[in-house]
Amino acid sequence: MKLRSRPVALGLAALAFSALVFGRAQAGGGHYYPPVADPLVKEECGSCHLAFAPAMLPAKSWQRVMNGLKNHFGDDASVDPAQAERIAAYLVANAADTGGRRYGGKLLRGVATADAPLRITELPKWVGEHRNVPDWEWRHKDVNSKANCAACHADAARGYYDE
Amino acid sequence: MNLQTAAIVLSLSLTLATAAAAGPREDQLAQYAAAAKATTPAFAGFSAARGEALHRQKFAGGKPATPSCASCHADDPRSAGRTPAGKTIEPAAVSLSPARYTDAAKVEKWFKRNCNDVLGRECTPLEKGDWLAYVASR
Repeated sequence: MKLRSRPVALGLAALAFSALVFGRAQAGGGHYYPPVADPLVKEECGSCHLAFAPAMLPAKSWQRVMNGLKNHFGDDASVDPAQAERIAAYLVANAADTGGRRYGGKLLRGVATADAPLRITELPKWVGEHRNVPDWEWRHKDVNSKANCAACHADAARGYYDE
Repeated sequence: MNLQTAAIVLSLSLTLATAAAAGPREDQLAQYAAAAKATTPAFAGFSAARGEALHRQKFAGGKPATPSCASCHADDPRSAGRTPAGKTIEPAAVSLSPARYTDAAKVEKWFKRNCNDVLGRECTPLEKGDWLAYVASR
């Protein structure tokens, strides 16, 4: 009897554990950033790099990004004015600090409300979360850029940035 | 009379041939051809071979990270490419990505960006047409 119940107990334990992990993944454990849902934004912001979740930066940052597309981190990413307006509206409406949204709140920790940082990878929280990633991993040919979230976060495109 | 009939038949069949090949991609190629002819009267059509050479050629005028089309689009357009930020680019070859180059504004947008990045200048209609002829042939 004792021997028989053992596999059941083990199974239950495994189930409980995966439920815990799954539950955390679903909740995001603070690592869930809703992916871009708008097709135009997905196309224009997601051709060269992952279409970064608007909840990763405050509204002010997105306005700065959209006002500087002619020199977008060294690239000319300009789009026609009507499209730019639609994209900006979407990014601002879904920004980290819009309407008391809770997603992205953690990523804004340490960012002053008056600030409008341009690089997600320079947010204090982002830097802290990635402090243990060694230099050679960043330079690995499959990573190449800190903007390449999906190289390590396999589910980044779906919004999950757990390890 | 006979000549007239022949002319009608000829123009009819030409219209039909054009109609058969017509599509957004062909329309855009025709526009590039007209522009190429305007600058170079000796222009005698686009060449996939010239397009392939252009695809692989390394330029010094653009960004150091992207010296050629092949830097991001792979040497062989039938392979997937990759952007410097790690995004996969679907193959440039029309045989594998049949929906490509059917939106004229999108084609122009990417020629403008990519030619500036690779060559440090905009591409000529001849270069655009040759390159399109190349990826359409692959």
